[in-house]
Amino acid sequence: MHLPEGFIAIVKQDCPTCVLVDPVLHSIEGSGLSLTVYVQDEPDFPSSSRVVDDRSLETSYRLHIETVPTLIKIEGGQERARVIGWERDEWRALTGLASLGSELPAYRPGCGSLSVQPGIAEGLAIKYGDFRLQSRALAVPTLTDDIEYCFERGWSDGLPVVPPTAERVYRMLQATTRAANEELGRMPPLLTACTVEKVAINAVMAGCKPEYLPAVIAAVEAALDPAFCLHGLLATTWFSGPMVIVNGPARKAMGMNWTGNVLGQGNRANASIGRALQLTVRNVGGGKPQETDMSTFGHPGKLGFCFAEDEDTPWTTLAEDRGVPRGRSAVTVFSADGPLGCADQKARTPEALIYSLAGSLRGLNHIHMVNAADAVVVIGPEHGRVFDLAGWSKADAVAALHAATLVEGVDLGMGTAPGVTAKNDKAMRHKFRAGGLTLVRAGGPAGMFSAIIPGWLVKGELGTDPVTREIRS
Amino acid sequence: MTATLYDPTGEFAPLQRAPLAKPATLSGLTVGLLDISKARGDVFLDRLANLLGAQGLTVKRYKKPTFTRPAPVELLQQIASDCDVVIEGLAD
Repeated sequence: MHLPEGFIAIVKQDCPTCVLVDPVLHSIEGSGLSLTVYVQDEPDFPSSSRVVDDRSLETSYRLHIETVPTLIKIEGGQERARVIGWERDEWRALTGLASLGSELPAYRPGCGSLSVQPGIAEGLAIKYGDFRLQSRALAVPTLTDDIEYCFERGWSDGLPVVPPTAERVYRMLQATTRAANEELGRMPPLLTACTVEKVAINAVMAGCKPEYLPAVIAAVEAALDPAFCLHGLLATTWFSGPMVIVNGPARKAMGMNWTGNVLGQGNRANASIGRALQLTVRNVGGGKPQETDMSTFGHPGKLGFCFAEDEDTPWTTLAEDRGVPRGRSAVTVFSADGPLGCADQKARTPEALIYSLAGSLRGLNHIHMVNAADAVVVIGPEHGRVFDLAGWSKADAVAALHAATLVEGVDLGMGTAPGVTAKNDKAMRHKFRAGGLTLVRAGGPAGMFSAIIPGWLVKGELGTDPVTREIRS
Repeated sequence: MTATLYDPTGEFAPLQRAPLAKPATLSGLTVGLLDISKARGDVFLDRLANLLGAQGLTVKRYKKPTFTRPAPVELLQQIASDCDVVIEGLAD
């Protein structure tokens, strides 16, 4: 960038301090010093003779101007010093003019530069900065609605997406310190490189605020862990899709919901984080329904399934159980079908509640299915209180549920119940594998209910295991 | 203003969308004939209907109210619901 020798001032008419110092600028010029005035709004405003129209804000952006007026001394094409706002002594020192601005007050703060105004700064960074996206740019044909265009390109899950413009993707990427071209892994089924940039574009489309991006990235990383077996999960004929549970301070920072209607609609973070993961799978990996996604039924949560845990209970949190200490934030991904309700309004003892929960759990998948799908049980506050008042820990409840969920095993032809044959039919066996029951706390304050969320039938080494990842900035 | 959007996909799909694959045979398919209301389009389509009917194919006839405007959505939906392939008479 070529800068004129001498002094340059950056001003705007819409700034009382700039209006105040206009005669001062004029007198700098009158004293024989070389002065160029860059004006951000009205080119006719400055009374100086050498005025440069900077309504494009390019010079303001390149000089990192945050406040107007700013006076800069240029020597040999380089900036030597600058003063910001109106501070008489500083202006006098910089210009060497001892009586400069005698008629003005000694100090007046400046105003915000137009180049750092929200909504403008992003556009300047894209236009003049070094922000470059690797993804190809597609021009929406004239007269074509941009949201309709996204549908036509096959980018949508069936609901409108937010069109991923450069400004939106730029703002999204500002929420992470990670490089846009960092590869998080290969996204099945096409095993395409899944970069931070691709995740950001899909997060824009899902409706995420930029501050959700670190959680979305963590969820994508967790889903790409081989232990989660994302390829099989997205391709299976079974109902399941990925579900994200969020723990730690990030829940509050993002304004997530862990109370009323926790598994339902209405909270932007809950809704859009889960959707961003699924859109990333769909778009980057190409995992689309009736194509690679062969699910017979699917379920509504495949649009996106994400919620936060209620951590204000005596129990350890999900993230703590999985090795992330309190005070740090994490996501855990599970395979998940839709939730099933379990009601018991009369249980006042843990034993009575275990009886009810176990009864509901025994029927999952099939009443005679042993080594059935893993299940997450979301204990509602009014059920949780029954355990808490009796001093039961989460481990106590899990152990009791395993003991109370023995079923008569039958070979159902699924290949998921090794050892069960026609010969030994009806032997009592564990419904769930060790570690296959996960209890978390969430839900609204009223209702003696809990929610059971079964997962994919194929789990463990052959299939899916839950995976936890810390949320990093 | 024309918007520029950034591709959220793995970028395997071409910039221009490819047309649907043509069926290898019309056998067993329902063929729609869309008359766009241009003069004498019906003469051509009547003959096509006879030829296709002679092959034992199911033929359904449709007509746009006017060639000057795109087909009404209801008509497009009806054709998409009824037919496997469609032949559209585009000119005089």
